[in-house]
Amino acid sequence: MRITQGTFSFLPDLTDDEITAQIQYALDNKWPCSVEFTDDPHPRNVYWDMWGLPMFDLTDAAGVLAEVNACRKAKPEHYIRLNAYNANYGKQTVALSFIVQRPSDEPGFRLDRQDAHDRTIHYTLHPYAADAPPGRRYNGQQ
Amino acid sequence: MSEAPTTRIRFGMSSPGQKSAGEGASEEEPASEEQTLPPDARVDLAKERESTGIDEVFESLDADLVGLTPVKTRIREVAALLLVDRARAQFGVSTSTPNLHMSFTGSPGTGKTTVAMRMADMLHRLGYLRRGHLVSVTRDDLVGQYVGHTAPKTKEVLKRAMGGVLFIDEAYYLYREDNERDYGQESIEILLQVMENHREDIVVILAGYKDRMDAFFASNPGMSSRIAHHIDFPDYTLDELDDIGKLLLRAEGYSLTPEGEQTFRKYLENRKTQPRFANARSVRNAIERARLRHASRMMTTDEAVGRDELTTLMPEDFLGSRVFTEANGEKSNSDPA
Repeated sequence: MRITQGTFSFLPDLTDDEITAQIQYALDNKWPCSVEFTDDPHPRNVYWDMWGLPMFDLTDAAGVLAEVNACRKAKPEHYIRLNAYNANYGKQTVALSFIVQRPSDEPGFRLDRQDAHDRTIHYTLHPYAADAPPGRRYNGQQ
Repeated sequence: MSEAPTTRIRFGMSSPGQKSAGEGASEEEPASEEQTLPPDARVDLAKERESTGIDEVFESLDADLVGLTPVKTRIREVAALLLVDRARAQFGVSTSTPNLHMSFTGSPGTGKTTVAMRMADMLHRLGYLRRGHLVSVTRDDLVGQYVGHTAPKTKEVLKRAMGGVLFIDEAYYLYREDNERDYGQESIEILLQVMENHREDIVVILAGYKDRMDAFFASNPGMSSRIAHHIDFPDYTLDELDDIGKLLLRAEGYSLTPEGEQTFRKYLENRKTQPRFANARSVRNAIERARLRHASRMMTTDEAVGRDELTTLMPEDFLGSRVFTEANGEKSNSDPA
């Protein structure tokens, strides 16, 4: 099941050229970019791991793309996303966030039902991949 | 997504050790080539040249920078190469990205930083650099203070400079031969790697004094061979210094009387032979001091002053300098100006 999170996630995966164009758009708007990765892509998991610090004072997309590629190389079977922050509101605000890599196989989520009091049912989503320990979730790879 | 009925284009980098069966075909998009010209077509190079606006850069280079003939010649050569490469590309003749990393060597105040700034603008206009900004750094910005600090620091600076020019001033400080555990070497290694692999993204310009840079290159042969253009900035002649002074004075809205011009020339002649002479920078300092003396002279006059008095420097504004007293045999330890 293809996970749809962030901008462009209903489109076919972006090519590197398209990613570069998006990064350049962010940088032209003075939005610093950062790269994050995770193997727990639950929609409510907002805390992805940071790949280095956010990159400030950049003018050209090549620097950000180099970091994206470095992250892809180190985490070939993780989800990787790119965030662009807009500081105009006086606080760090995500202006653009999109996935730039996904694992080769995404098993998807199962729906868990839990009986609660008075015959009410609680529903929750459980990623199949989360049954494996962190680091071995997608195709057993780091 | 493997069972998804529609084939999706995968991300640029395919994951290693994983067969992308069936999808490999969609990955290879036909390269969107620009229309190549037929082999018998003609290209108007003069027109190409005009469209880049490169002549403006050359004109301002000639107008603002006195002398520096070898430097200007090399800049023109580089510009010609890039223009010809563009014309060749129109015929579909592919050329590898030329190596444009440079080293500027020369005495203090010979215009190394100024030229680097112009270089960034020129390479941007010729389409070699995407942004054309200049990031000027020294050892402090590249080399860290503890283990593991250097690599991220250098990489961050390199990322900032992508699409433009990275100007490393006094680059010989990066390497300290007396301390083999110095982190500078680590920084040099990262620089070399990026200079080789990101040739189309970044132009690295190293600058420094001639003798020290020679020693630096001697102990880092890898660095020397990765730099295609070693440009030496010659010292200015007396006439050139004179021209620079006049250029600076005009820019600041001052003029010299004929006697003032003579005194100024005499000043430069004396200053040139004294220690710590820094070419154009010394000229600028001399003018700054003359402006100070001129201002205090203005303050002590009782009469009302007009435009001429306010904009004209007299011989005594220069004669007050220590340069003249020292030329007569006296010595002083502070920087003469």
